Amino acid sequence: MTAQTGLQPDVRAPSKGLGRASSAERVTGKLFEVLLFACLGFGLLVLVVLLSDVIRDGLPRFNLDLVRNMPSTRPLRAGIQSAMMGTIWVIVTVAAITLPLGIAAAVYLEEYADKTRWYNRLIELNIQNLAAVPSVVYGILGLAFFARGPLDLGGSVLTIALTLSLLVLPIVIISCREAIRAIPTSIREGSLALGATRLQTVRRQILPNAIPGTATGSILALSRAIGEAAPVLLVAGGLIFITSNPSDLLSQATVLPIQIFNYVGRPQDEFRTVAAAAIMILLLILLLMNAAAILIRNKYQRKW
Amino acid sequence: MHSLTKRSRLAAAAVGCSLVLAACGGGDSDTATPGASGAAKLSGTIQIDGSSTVAPLSEAAAEGFQEDNDDVKVVVGTSGTGGGFEKFCAGETDISDASRPIKDEEAATCKAAGIEFEEITVANDGLAVVVNKDNPITCLTVEQLKKIWEPGSKVTNFNQVDPSFPDLELKLFGPGTDSGTFDYFTDEINGEEGASRTDYQPSEDDNVIVQGVQGNKGGLGYFGLSYVEENPDALKAVAVDGGDGCVEPSTETVLDGTYKPLGRPLFIYATTKTVERPEGLAFLEYYIENSDEIAEQALYVPLSDEQKKEATAKIEALKG
Repeated sequence: MTAQTGLQPDVRAPSKGLGRASSAERVTGKLFEVLLFACLGFGLLVLVVLLSDVIRDGLPRFNLDLVRNMPSTRPLRAGIQSAMMGTIWVIVTVAAITLPLGIAAAVYLEEYADKTRWYNRLIELNIQNLAAVPSVVYGILGLAFFARGPLDLGGSVLTIALTLSLLVLPIVIISCREAIRAIPTSIREGSLALGATRLQTVRRQILPNAIPGTATGSILALSRAIGEAAPVLLVAGGLIFITSNPSDLLSQATVLPIQIFNYVGRPQDEFRTVAAAAIMILLLILLLMNAAAILIRNKYQRKW
Repeated sequence: MHSLTKRSRLAAAAVGCSLVLAACGGGDSDTATPGASGAAKLSGTIQIDGSSTVAPLSEAAAEGFQEDNDDVKVVVGTSGTGGGFEKFCAGETDISDASRPIKDEEAATCKAAGIEFEEITVANDGLAVVVNKDNPITCLTVEQLKKIWEPGSKVTNFNQVDPSFPDLELKLFGPGTDSGTFDYFTDEINGEEGASRTDYQPSEDDNVIVQGVQGNKGGLGYFGLSYVEENPDALKAVAVDGGDGCVEPSTETVLDGTYKPLGRPLFIYATTKTVERPEGLAFLEYYIENSDEIAEQALYVPLSDEQKKEATAKIEALKG
């Protein structure tokens, strides 16, 4: 059986291999294909149901007033401006922290680190482990070291950004390493053979060629940071209510997931509409970021 | 050449990022300018944290206060009454929201840190237990309520609660598990916050509970007192016996403390340091002056005139 199907040139379309597979095998093959499609369809269906539900609930309040108004205890006036501004402040800060650190760490691990050394292997292993740590653990860490403790920054933009940076840094490092690893060795060797130093090779060959992979991975990591509520809940002091935009890195801020959480918990029904509309804004921001990732990838992608 | 264009694109992206930041800052200062009238412009940050039950009151106060004082930033957190006091006595917050009075050990921590505080009542929380108008029952004891609502309760008929009660099939309605009302009721009646039988009709919308109890002769439900006060003819609110006889639920009995255990005052705590700052004092005064609207907005029972006087006196006491 396996030998027979193994001879088939086109595995995806078993019906084309007329005469080779028996009708029973063709039926099994078709069933398998249908099963795979059903799995895909299930995932998509859940997404469609979720999205349509949110859009149906939120559409009445999905307008400019939503982003123009500050959060309010009166449902008809309630907006999300301070939370949206907070999210933008936080995410720009997270990018400013994680991108240089993550790219530098990845360059070290890929281009400089001697992989036979135990400490380099230990670092590698731990970065993988850190990427799997639940976000709430980073929240506790952020509360102890950034919000209170040594840095004592309170529930500021910087505290939230530092905590979320810890959360996404391993993801940025891993995706950036993969982007660097995808560059053929011949490029490095060619550069070195022409007399370039290691630093010049990294600057002129490695980094520019790693842009598509790094950008995609980093933007997806930042998207994750935008949607996180648990660690922010811990460092910011619960479901905080703030009706002014952050003015600097040290001013206290709320972010979209927290504001959504705050609205959903209120007794008045109208707040659920506002929450759904806020979810639509959050999804829109995520969608824009993912679109940016795809655009950057397509623009800089190179075939070797 | 190729790498140069790439670098300039990266630079453009970096400029874009900083523009986003600059835009936020700009927007913020814009909103600050128009309100520059008034004699002495207040500014600063007021940190509030504590009970999530009291938070809607403080949020409403914060919102209203900032409409007139847009340079003052009021931040309301919800770390819980205990968590709030911890921060309060560590000097991290200016005002603490509390749904119960401060405990002796919490007060001791405050004292040790040199923090002098006063307890100010800002509103009253009251729950009403309601039945159908045709139901002859007029009073329920806490034990009877517990028998009906405790987790795993098998009571399905009023006559199982007490043999003298009518033979009526029980239909239960109540708020959903994430409401403060649910937490408060389960804590007071079943002895543990969140512990409740689950085979009842939950709704976050009081009107659904009202309609349910109106439409079922054996209906029984509970929700905030304000609705019953406003619609006395729709349903029958039963008196509750917390050990000292049956007490009718009303603003008066909640205010004088006799409607126990389903009526309670809600507090904020403030320190001498809070009132030393002009914006802190102004906020507290705003809170009490507008306590009626604030309580209404947050769906609580407003302060009585006496409570208001007391609250004002407490603020005066803090001024020293």
